[in-house]
Amino acid sequence: MTPPILEARNLHVAFNGVKAADDVSIAIGDGEFLAIIGPNGSGKTTLLNICTGYIRPRSGSVLLDGHDITRLSPRAIARRGVARAFQIPQLFSAQRVIDNMMLALAATDGLWSAVQPLETASRRDEARALLDLVGLADDADRISSTLPEGHRKLLDIAVALALKPRLLLLDEPTSGVSALERFPLMEALMAALRQRRITALFVEHDMDVVARYASRVLVWNAGNIMAEGRPDEVFSNAQVRQRVVGVA
Amino acid sequence: MPTIIAAAAVLVIALLPQVAPWLQFVLTLAIAKGFAALGVAVLLRAGLISIGHAMFFAASAYAVAFLARAGVNDLGLLLILSVLGGAFVGAVAGAFLVRYRAIFFAMLNLAVSMVFYALCAKLYGVTGGTDGLPVPVPAVFGLVLGEPAFKSVLFYLSLGLMVLVGLAVRRYLNSPLGHALSAVHTNEIRLEYLGIPVWAVLLIAYVVSAALAGLGGAIAGFAIGRVVPDFAFWTASGHLVLIAVLGGIGGVPGAFIGALFLELLHSAAVTVTDSWNLIVGMTLIIVIMFMPQGVYGLFARKEATSL
Ligand SMILES: Nc1ncnc2c1ncn2[C@@H]1O[C@H](COP(=O)(O)OP(=O)(O)OP(=O)(O)O)[C@@H](O)[C@H]1O
Ligand SMILES: [Mg+2]
Repeated sequence: MTPPILEARNLHVAFNGVKAADDVSIAIGDGEFLAIIGPNGSGKTTLLNICTGYIRPRSGSVLLDGHDITRLSPRAIARRGVARAFQIPQLFSAQRVIDNMMLALAATDGLWSAVQPLETASRRDEARALLDLVGLADDADRISSTLPEGHRKLLDIAVALALKPRLLLLDEPTSGVSALERFPLMEALMAALRQRRITALFVEHDMDVVARYASRVLVWNAGNIMAEGRPDEVFSNAQVRQRVVGVA
Repeated sequence: MPTIIAAAAVLVIALLPQVAPWLQFVLTLAIAKGFAALGVAVLLRAGLISIGHAMFFAASAYAVAFLARAGVNDLGLLLILSVLGGAFVGAVAGAFLVRYRAIFFAMLNLAVSMVFYALCAKLYGVTGGTDGLPVPVPAVFGLVLGEPAFKSVLFYLSLGLMVLVGLAVRRYLNSPLGHALSAVHTNEIRLEYLGIPVWAVLLIAYVVSAALAGLGGAIAGFAIGRVVPDFAFWTASGHLVLIAVLGGIGGVPGAFIGALFLELLHSAAVTVTDSWNLIVGMTLIIVIMFMPQGVYGLFARKEATSL
């Protein structure tokens, strides 16, 4: 296996005595689409928070391309090509959908201009193409706060894609997205990831989505990895079936 | 269409002193305060309320007085240097203040401006204490003018600057930096995750807002002919917030509309009643209750809000 893009070593985190990560080590290789599944409150979002510098682990370290990023800020880690879509969409709610996209694009290609408008022809086209990809083309001019929850989720993902990341962390990308839109979204997302050579890690509750798309699955339970492997291997594991798949 | 209305409004303002000469001073001062209120409005975009911007208003006015005392006697040079002075004070204060939010930001701005006010009032040897300092009539492009002629030049210069600086600020607010500024208000977490340094976005805005307040202060200093510590008093800062809210934070013209509205109302009111504060208070209540977009919202085309 090629050296991992992202590696977490021996992470420990506890909130008021509750262990959200208890000696967790993971590695994600180039081109993987790694799924993390596990019951509610088992520490999946916490793992993403640690990997993006939002919280610091009590001990352990996070490496990006072999460099220690454990103590870097979310901003510094984002600038190294790691983008995140959130479980609860993090949007600029008062702004238009397209402005959310264009600001994300500007973050990588010219934030510091106080003279050029945010809305340039090329930025608008690029933003529209991404909105098209996630199925939000018709919502471009709406104020983000007026979108239904599922569409806010899609916009959050599109914003993360706009950063042109090498590594994308997705926290339950299909939750809140209607069953009808779920697979089209995943198809579009997978196509985009392949085309742009983006490695991704995604937390997911929908086992059909995991079974169909993940290249590898980590099963998380109470701050620990209880199983790991290809989807078919993991889903045939009796313990996993009982503890996780049954619950989810 | 809005451009035509704006152009017509500027033209009317330009002609008013020809009809009523006493209005020239009122209008000059209104524009000066409009600049400062625009500075406050810039920060309001990020959801930050500064109750201390009169400090920068005063800082630039004092800078004019100091420079004049040191022998600088050119209007253009005095304006540029004093605005840079205000911006510099803004950079120093901002570097410390932009780390704070909400009530802490508001109160710390207030606190810093009160320290500044106290220094202006106490350092008699430097600032002339509560008597303040005179702001002499400068030369305009080498031309030595009498006071009435200079005041006219000042008025028309202010009006021209209002248009030019207003357009520049609008450009800034439409730029990526301006949008990032509004985004601070709505979602700082997402901004950080976009890799955008929020503190830098805010510091730039803070310096811009201080420079705007400074430009207003310099103009006011020239118009009044004197700068006193009261320029920096907290009620003056409150007044600027009031104008910014009155004008609505939606658009750049709002700050000037708010300032003109209030100054004209003031000069009309003082001739008939002494309950000026009552009138201002009532006006503000009406604006906040019934026109959340501010007075500017009456003119601005409604944003296309879909449901
Ligand atoms: N900032 C925090 N402060 C205190 N406790 C926290 C914090 N963040 C997470 N926790 C706790 O840590 C545990 C793991 O939370 P986390 O959000 O990581 O779970 P999760 O696996 O993402 O759950 P879900 O499937 O519901 O999203 C939970 O018990 C949660 O209450
Ligand atoms: Mg979670």
